[in-house]
Amino acid sequence: MANTILKKEQLIPGQTSKLVIDAPHIAAKAQPGNFIILRVNEKGERIPLTIADTDRENGTITIVYLVLGKSTALLEELNEGDDILDLCGPLGKATHIQKGGTVICVGGGTGIAAMHHIAKGHHMAGNHVVAVIGARNKDLLLFEKELKSFCPEVLISTDDGSYGHKGLVTELLKDRLEKDKSVVEVVAVGPVPMMAAVSKTTEPFGVPTTVSLNSIMVDGVGMCGACRVTVGGQTKFACVDGPEFDGHKVDFQELRQRLAAFSPMEKESYDHHCRCKCNDSK
Amino acid sequence: MTASKKTIAKRVPMPNQPPDVRRNNFDEVALGYTKEMAMEEAKRCLQCKKPKCVKGCPVEVPIPDFIAHLAKGDVEKAYAVIKSTNSLPAVCGRVCPQEIQCEGACILNAKEQPVAIGRLERFTADEYMHMDACDLITAKPECPYIDQDRKVACIGSGPSSLTVAGYLAARGCKVTVFEALHEVGGVLVYGIPEFRLPKEKIVAKEVGALKELEVEFVTNYVGGKTFNIEDLFEQGYKAVFVGVGAGLPKFLRIPGENFNGVFSANEYLTRVNLGRAYEFPNYDTPIIKGRKVTVYGGGNVAMDAARTAQRLGAESVHIVYRRTADAMPARHEEIEHAVEEGIHLEVLSNPIEFRGDERGNLTSVLLQRMELGEPDASGRRSPKPVEGDVYELETDLAVIAVGTNPNPVLLENEPGLKLNKWGYIEVDEATGETSIPNVYAGGDIVTGAATVILAMGAGRRAAKEIAHRFGIED
Ligand SMILES: Cc1cc2nc3c(=O)[nH]c(=O)nc-3n(C[C@H](O)[C@H](O)[C@H](O)COP(=O)(O)OP(=O)(O)OC[C@H]3O[C@@H](n4cnc5c(N)ncnc54)[C@H](O)[C@@H]3O)c2cc1C
Ligand SMILES: Cc1cc2nc3c(=O)[nH]c(=O)nc-3n(C[C@H](O)[C@H](O)[C@H](O)COP(=O)(O)OP(=O)(O)OC[C@H]3O[C@@H](n4cnc5c(N)ncnc54)[C@H](O)[C@@H]3O)c2cc1C
Ligand code: SF4
Ligand code: FES
Repeated sequence: MANTILKKEQLIPGQTSKLVIDAPHIAAKAQPGNFIILRVNEKGERIPLTIADTDRENGTITIVYLVLGKSTALLEELNEGDDILDLCGPLGKATHIQKGGTVICVGGGTGIAAMHHIAKGHHMAGNHVVAVIGARNKDLLLFEKELKSFCPEVLISTDDGSYGHKGLVTELLKDRLEKDKSVVEVVAVGPVPMMAAVSKTTEPFGVPTTVSLNSIMVDGVGMCGACRVTVGGQTKFACVDGPEFDGHKVDFQELRQRLAAFSPMEKESYDHHCRCKCNDSK
Repeated sequence: MTASKKTIAKRVPMPNQPPDVRRNNFDEVALGYTKEMAMEEAKRCLQCKKPKCVKGCPVEVPIPDFIAHLAKGDVEKAYAVIKSTNSLPAVCGRVCPQEIQCEGACILNAKEQPVAIGRLERFTADEYMHMDACDLITAKPECPYIDQDRKVACIGSGPSSLTVAGYLAARGCKVTVFEALHEVGGVLVYGIPEFRLPKEKIVAKEVGALKELEVEFVTNYVGGKTFNIEDLFEQGYKAVFVGVGAGLPKFLRIPGENFNGVFSANEYLTRVNLGRAYEFPNYDTPIIKGRKVTVYGGGNVAMDAARTAQRLGAESVHIVYRRTADAMPARHEEIEHAVEEGIHLEVLSNPIEFRGDERGNLTSVLLQRMELGEPDASGRRSPKPVEGDVYELETDLAVIAVGTNPNPVLLENEPGLKLNKWGYIEVDEATGETSIPNVYAGGDIVTGAATVILAMGAGRRAAKEIAHRFGIED
């Protein structure tokens, strides 16, 4: 249970990194859709991150994170050989995977890595997986190679047109849904506005759409209620009822507001961290 | 001395931090008796032949016996007596609802003030804390031999599991406790605040004592997720105790409940206690520091949330409760302390809607004034709304403390565990055994949210049965 970082790769330097962590007990049970909660140090916050891949044989899990605030900045300071203080999982319900036909897996930003594990699950179950991934530009595109290793089709869009289709993933998605009636499910993982847009795109086609919600969590084991989201007018707890829900029923507006609940404090925490670091290095 | 009808002295008061000081800090409120005070209070006990107090105690601590030792100043013997049935006296002396248990039953309670049994228990346990660990658990000077083959697993590390661990380790079993969170102690660490139950001084000490008895604590391990009960038997555990506690908080089911600024008490207290948010930004877990705080509920949890908000610097704290203050289920002392600290009890009032601004931040609550109706068949007067009397109260932080539902994480993934109609685990009343052989359960996951002492009682019941099946006890 050392939670040692075996491999660290900066996917987008200073912004997004991938860690392969020695955690056989978690790898043994992890399914696509699951996440972990970690704490970097004794004063650290518990933060949830999706399991982007597992390797049961070698007993490892992979996580990919975007450096956003203090906790992810602290994580980014760790290197190969370092241990993660607390690592708990696999949490959340596994993705509901059924063999049925064509499944489109849409990923945006860091969400592409999280989507990768789900896409892999669908592939293993025998579904025809079409991956649709997008980023602002070519350099910010993650996991293309990994997805191409098993997805028969990987469709790409960038905001600036530096790679693939110029525009949004939803445009590629709409286009595909219009042409392809064999699509049985759409899965979307990424920023909230993107998941909301995907759900809106698929609705007229009546294609079941699964989104993976990233609400704020504390314990992650169904004790605190911090992660509550409204789905179909009912309160659900993302850590135990989710994190995946029916995108056509999720109240995205509320989710967006709740994600901003602590913004002033998050900024304070980050500034405090930077100040301390500067003082240390003096 | 003849047993004359002498007048009984008044209860020795508990020295407390003054309200206007303590409302600004997280240090313990009650400072504890000195030995002189304890001896004086102990002398008030009548040493009844048929002590009612013992009947009132869920684990039947031989109360007059330990008090008799204390009256003579023999703390060590007093401690051994308490420890014979109660494994966490420093905790119980602080958090048990004595007024409805031992002290409520005490013969003196009819006419006078009852003996301050809880305070004496606390004094005895605290005095003894300096002794070494094996003493602390077994009240015997030497540690037992631990048989590595008598493997027992506890899931969850609340008072029920700690009791199982203490009881069995003291009898030579090898106990491992698996806890989902990163700290051990259950509600004792993430629920009950520091100012009522010091974490380092008391909880960590009790846990440390268990470690001396080779009890192993594995944190970040979630039953039903990281491992299943079946896995434990495969790994050679011979018995499993499930003490995973209460779970998901109940909400009020009124409009606006998901505005930013509305918290469950579990989240609010977990952020502050487990996340040490009161030291933010030195610690990373954030908390919204309310200016005008409202808390909903009337139990210990509500009192703890309100007093925590006060200590975090709120301008005002209102506890909103739909009945009257005397119907509040919290320990009396907590209600008294809360009021002394300046917390306002908004009784006979019921929330009907939260309101917020366009950014989704809470701004106020709509409250319905209530009144007590005619007594029902049970003689209890239940509250009913006063027609048309709805008022608005400004609030930027609302904490909901109206109970919990069973935690789904373990239960959903262990379909073999039979549940009762409320969704809690069903157990054999005599042994605590569940529908799966050699799997026991106790505490809040069986009873629903209850008390520390009842959880301990349940732990003890299961531990006895386990010891019996190992053949180390009748
Ligand atoms: C189930 C789940 C899976 C996730 N998977 C990934 C992933 O694979 N990769 C990734 O980069 N991010 C993932 N996230 C988001 C990640 O947890 C946050 O980015 C992280 O907590 C930010 O912490 P911080 O201190 O660096 O930033 P902060 O400055 O504290 O916060 C930045 C933003 O992150 C969100 N956030 C803050 N605290 C939490 C918290 N305790 N729980 C959830 N969100 C929070 C808030 O919206 C906040 O505005 C996931 C979130 C959830 C709930
Ligand atoms: C704020 C507050 C104040 C209270 N005040 C008082 C008081 O003054 N007096 C009193 O007598 N009682 C009080 N109580 C109630 C009392 O604390 C509980 O009744 C008691 O702690 C229940 O003990 P337990 O052993 O059932 O488990 P808990 O203390 O609930 O602990 C259960 C543990 O199991 C862990 N867990 C959960 N699921 C899993 C899993 N799947 N795998 C592994 N671990 C898991 C949890 O993280 C937790 O640590 C209070 C409760 C609260 C919340
Ligand atoms: S009932 Fe009261 S007076 Fe009698 S033995 Fe118990 S504590 Fe003492
Ligand atoms: S994070 Fe606490 S209940 Fe989901």
